[in-house]
Amino acid sequence: MPFLRIHKMSHDFGGLRAVQNYDLEIGFGQVRGLIGPNGAGKTTIFNLITGIYKPTEGEILLDGRKINGLQPHQIASMGVSRTFQNLLLWRHMTVLEHVKMAHYSKIRYGLFGAFFGTTKRHREEAEVEEKAYKLLEMMGIRHLSDQVVLNLPYGAQRRVEMARALATEPRILLLDEPTAGMNPEELVQIMEIIRRAHEELGLAILLIEHRMKVVMELCEIIQTLDFGEVIAEGTPEEIQNNPRVIDAYLGKERAI
Amino acid sequence: MRLVIRNIRVSFSRVPLLGWLFSALIAVALERLVGSPLALALGLQKIPVLFGFAIMLKNPMLIPSAILYLLLVYVLPTGVTARLCISLTNRLAARLFRFPMVVTVAIHLAFLYATLHMWAGISDYRVLVLKLTLIAIMVTLSLNVVNGYMGEFSCSHPGFMALGAYGASVFTVGLFVDERFFGAAFLPPALGPFLFPVALILGGFVASLGALAVAIPSFRTRGDYLAIISLAFMFIIKSLLENLEFVRGPRGLSGQPDWANLPTVFLWTVLCVWSVNNFVRSTIGKALNAVRDNEMAADAMTVDTRRTKIVAFLFAAFWAGVAGGLFAHVLRYINPATFGIQKLAEVLAMVYFGGLNSVYGSIVGAVSISLLEEALRPLEIFKWIIIPLLLILVMIFRPTGLVAFKELNVTNLLQPKQNPGEEV
Repeated sequence: MPFLRIHKMSHDFGGLRAVQNYDLEIGFGQVRGLIGPNGAGKTTIFNLITGIYKPTEGEILLDGRKINGLQPHQIASMGVSRTFQNLLLWRHMTVLEHVKMAHYSKIRYGLFGAFFGTTKRHREEAEVEEKAYKLLEMMGIRHLSDQVVLNLPYGAQRRVEMARALATEPRILLLDEPTAGMNPEELVQIMEIIRRAHEELGLAILLIEHRMKVVMELCEIIQTLDFGEVIAEGTPEEIQNNPRVIDAYLGKERAI
Repeated sequence: MRLVIRNIRVSFSRVPLLGWLFSALIAVALERLVGSPLALALGLQKIPVLFGFAIMLKNPMLIPSAILYLLLVYVLPTGVTARLCISLTNRLAARLFRFPMVVTVAIHLAFLYATLHMWAGISDYRVLVLKLTLIAIMVTLSLNVVNGYMGEFSCSHPGFMALGAYGASVFTVGLFVDERFFGAAFLPPALGPFLFPVALILGGFVASLGALAVAIPSFRTRGDYLAIISLAFMFIIKSLLENLEFVRGPRGLSGQPDWANLPTVFLWTVLCVWSVNNFVRSTIGKALNAVRDNEMAADAMTVDTRRTKIVAFLFAAFWAGVAGGLFAHVLRYINPATFGIQKLAEVLAMVYFGGLNSVYGSIVGAVSISLLEEALRPLEIFKWIIIPLLLILVMIFRPTGLVAFKELNVTNLLQPKQNPGEEV
């Protein structure tokens, strides 16, 4: 039973059609991959799902409810979380504050509590903090919790972003090139984290990735995108042997 | 030599806040007792009102005596008492720390107030400077919420102050004063001091309402819109007030009752600092930082960015309005020209001098710029060369201000700096 369903979604930037008739069905606990050459429209699809852009045509259904047209924060609080290709962290905030911030929509003490520091607020903040520490523990960055993110190494920043995305308590996680710029050691760790997020939290994951090793290992079904259109969809083996994919993306010389 | 300085620094680092407050109280009490004879003995005509700046600038020959006076009356007694009472004040602070936080904070504030009260008791001029400085702290802090924490650039704070000042004044003058335009007093003056908070809060809400008019069009997108719209807003408010006959246009509104005494202003300032600090340290308030540093990421992490910005803007305007109301009742006369571009420059200078995104910074900025303005008064027009020059220097060497990005954590601030058992 798919809970996120995208039906014939298209998007134009001015005269340029960036995404054409895109379809997707993703159920609980599924891991999907999205590959394709640069400029194929992968990140645009993420921005459309999360509400940063509004689709020109088509619809996006979450639990059967149409979500295109909603604000990004509304979609995010409905359980769609994401990371960004080029790490959009809040540079003056600490790691702990990042993870706490992701609980924003669940805060119930309201403005009164914020202005006057009621006991309800202190209790709620303490609860959120405890949850945040647990998540940081799982990501292996608890010891960095008081650090300002600007001072952290790249790999740690990636993990902060991932922790922050998980802290919104999503049902589907959209990962935009989570291993970009990582060394082999960090790569193994981040793959382990993605696998744990999938297995322990039961999340559905949609993954954009250029490293074929990662995609082939993690994903059950892979879509290949070229010029905004899906040119192939199938299991890793099918994708690797699909002539159109090899032509557009993988290259003839050396598949994988 | 270096070792000596280090030793002094180490031993003073163990003085808790309570110790400093206590020592400052001793110093100002000393000034009360022996200030006049000491000043005469040093060749000064009377106690230097504002740390001797005016005396030094008017008559350079008296610089040594003025400095000696400062050393003997403020620096030496404070330093000596703080050093001598380290173990006593630490023990006291540790004991206080076991009480509920409210009690601890209240006692510290009582010490602070006593010090300020005694210092200001020397002359009416000091009282006035102190009140205006406290009000400046409120305005600076509220502007810091927008320009520092939220990272937008707002120019409308003088407008909000004006709205607050006129709102509160119309309430008090209309209800409590026999007056040509508003007619006879409706209510007995005895009720006045009790309804004064109502007047201030009303002023604050009027300012918030004005802020809503700025916020709705300008928070749809980021960028320079807010700066332009808010600047326009400030001028609109000014010319609106100049043309409203019932607040007597450019002639200004006078006759506000004398209710803004030092304790009242102090209390409202404390309230302002407390609530702003509460706000900016909550997750809801931290969302402002998230919006500033990256709005797209904030949105993707469930933060309702538009609501966050509007709420913070109205909140800031509220406190600017309250500060305006107090300002009107301290001076007991306001006219629209007060709330113009000059005021804006002043407030902006305080925010950027003191430091963005920090409650400490706002306090430091407001106090230092206010005092500088008063102290450099004898230089007349050159004052407006020296202060901007200082500001430029700060911008070059510390672009975000003197104490930027520092969180005010009350618990850490008040805790004892030494284990109670350990002796010096």
